[in-house]
Amino acid sequence: MHRPIHELTDAYRRGDLTPTAVAEEYLARIGALDGKVGAYLTVVREQALAAARESELRWRAGKPRGPLDGAPVALKDVLCTAGVRTTAGSKMLERFVPPYDATTVERLRAAGAVILGKTNMDEFAMGSSTEHSAFHPTRNPWDLARVPGGSSGGSAAAVAGGLAAGSYGSDTGGSIRQPAAFCGVVGMKPTYGRVSRYGLIALASSLDQIGPFAQDVTDTALLLGAVAGYDRRDATSIQAPVPDYAGELSKGVAGLTLGLPDEYFIDGMDPDVERAVRQAIEVLKGLGARIERVSLPTTRHSLAAYYVILPAEASSNLARYDGVRYGLRVAGRDFIEMQSRTRAAGFGAEVKRRIMLGTYALSAGYYDAYYGKAQSVRTLVRREFAAAFAHVDLIVAPTTPNVAFKHGEKEDPLSMYLNDVFTIPGNLSGIPGVSVPCGFSATGLPIGLQVLGRPLDEARVLRAAYAYEQATTWRSRRPELS
Amino acid sequence: MIDRKDVEHVARLTRLALTEAELERMREQLNSILAHLDTLRAVPTEGIEPTSHAVDVVNVMRDDEVEPCLPQDSVLANAPDPSGEFFRVPRIIEE
Repeated sequence: MHRPIHELTDAYRRGDLTPTAVAEEYLARIGALDGKVGAYLTVVREQALAAARESELRWRAGKPRGPLDGAPVALKDVLCTAGVRTTAGSKMLERFVPPYDATTVERLRAAGAVILGKTNMDEFAMGSSTEHSAFHPTRNPWDLARVPGGSSGGSAAAVAGGLAAGSYGSDTGGSIRQPAAFCGVVGMKPTYGRVSRYGLIALASSLDQIGPFAQDVTDTALLLGAVAGYDRRDATSIQAPVPDYAGELSKGVAGLTLGLPDEYFIDGMDPDVERAVRQAIEVLKGLGARIERVSLPTTRHSLAAYYVILPAEASSNLARYDGVRYGLRVAGRDFIEMQSRTRAAGFGAEVKRRIMLGTYALSAGYYDAYYGKAQSVRTLVRREFAAAFAHVDLIVAPTTPNVAFKHGEKEDPLSMYLNDVFTIPGNLSGIPGVSVPCGFSATGLPIGLQVLGRPLDEARVLRAAYAYEQATTWRSRRPELS
Repeated sequence: MIDRKDVEHVARLTRLALTEAELERMREQLNSILAHLDTLRAVPTEGIEPTSHAVDVVNVMRDDEVEPCLPQDSVLANAPDPSGEFFRVPRIIEE
């Protein structure tokens, strides 16, 4: 039953399946299995079935709206949905019902997609394990004792566990690519500005980007194409035409030059990950790609720069949760006490930590030493990518240094942060990247290959991922959930 | 190194009523994270322009014309303490 969206819509076209039957099947699976996985925070059963019935009428009339009509998808609970509670994984927004749809949601509805529900996440997208949701942790469908990654762990686990055909998340430092790698699905962070952030609850506005999770690269192309493009409500969205990503997929990698960065193979990484990624590179070579070593020396300083910039922007963005206009309020004798108590009660430990860190880094006397310095390091990261892309078409690397870890294993904040060491540079430089499954560890856990490209070169990134996917059989392996 | 007073000061700035235990834990954790962030000092960045956005952004202007916006009641629907067409807050200025 659980199969890629392009296969579902083929079956709708032939009349072998209907959007209603498929939506019912997914809702039944959620009902039976999500108690174990914890991928969802909210399931919108009646809305989903109503959308599926409308889609069914369109298919029956031979007039589907496009390749996502009748596709059952899940949305990270950081995307505002009109009339449906949107929590960002936080007690602060436990009862927040947005009065409008995010642009992504608006475009999905217009494309005929069937929204199944809202998925779990680390609170305000701060985390790499989905253990920091204020509601419950999400479990990895490949091994329920392990984390699905994060912060978009619910969206990744939903697709891996057959609880949605596709989904969307947000990626600020790896929050799509890392959980995609941990859960054995495809996950893509587009170029910064490619997808409108309007209606995305902000974490770090200069880094945040929305992107899809999918069972295969073809669906990734379709899910991205449906939401990409300029939006006047997001001043940072890019005014550039959206290519036919799916139409470009089969062009292959012959003649492309792929850069292999020395700095992405580090001491302490899982040898299974290194082996799988090096084998994947051999596969791409066999398909006609040229491999060239590249050097991105500032990679090792990216994590530190990121953990200045992200908390700084987050501390500013999260200042809006003050108990006045929406969200939680805890009473106090005066205005300041009300605000301070509200924020103390509404935010979890990791959010408080990053707000404190960001406020400190921006405070008088420290701004230049931390924020100014980190922004200059960000320039170096951008320049190094630009220099590399002057002579290679794409960069290939591991998505993460390790496979999915166990719940509770990374208690120390810094060791959790280290998980994003290979994904953060993509956010600092704004370039697009995808994680595509490239094998399994000896313990049976998925491994991700990361493909990074030039700004707005999503089509080529996806094309390489597709060529690799078609040459391998990893996607036929599925976790067993029952 | 930041001490307890620094942590209390930052908590006040950012309006977080932290408990004694939280303040102490925050001091330890922030020091450990800051020790890592201080490795940035070793990166030579003299004359390197800071990047605030990964893509070049320019101010986006539009004509100053009234456009449809959200109805007031739907905006006030999420307010913890709405009053008529206002957000009500506790006293700010002493009598």
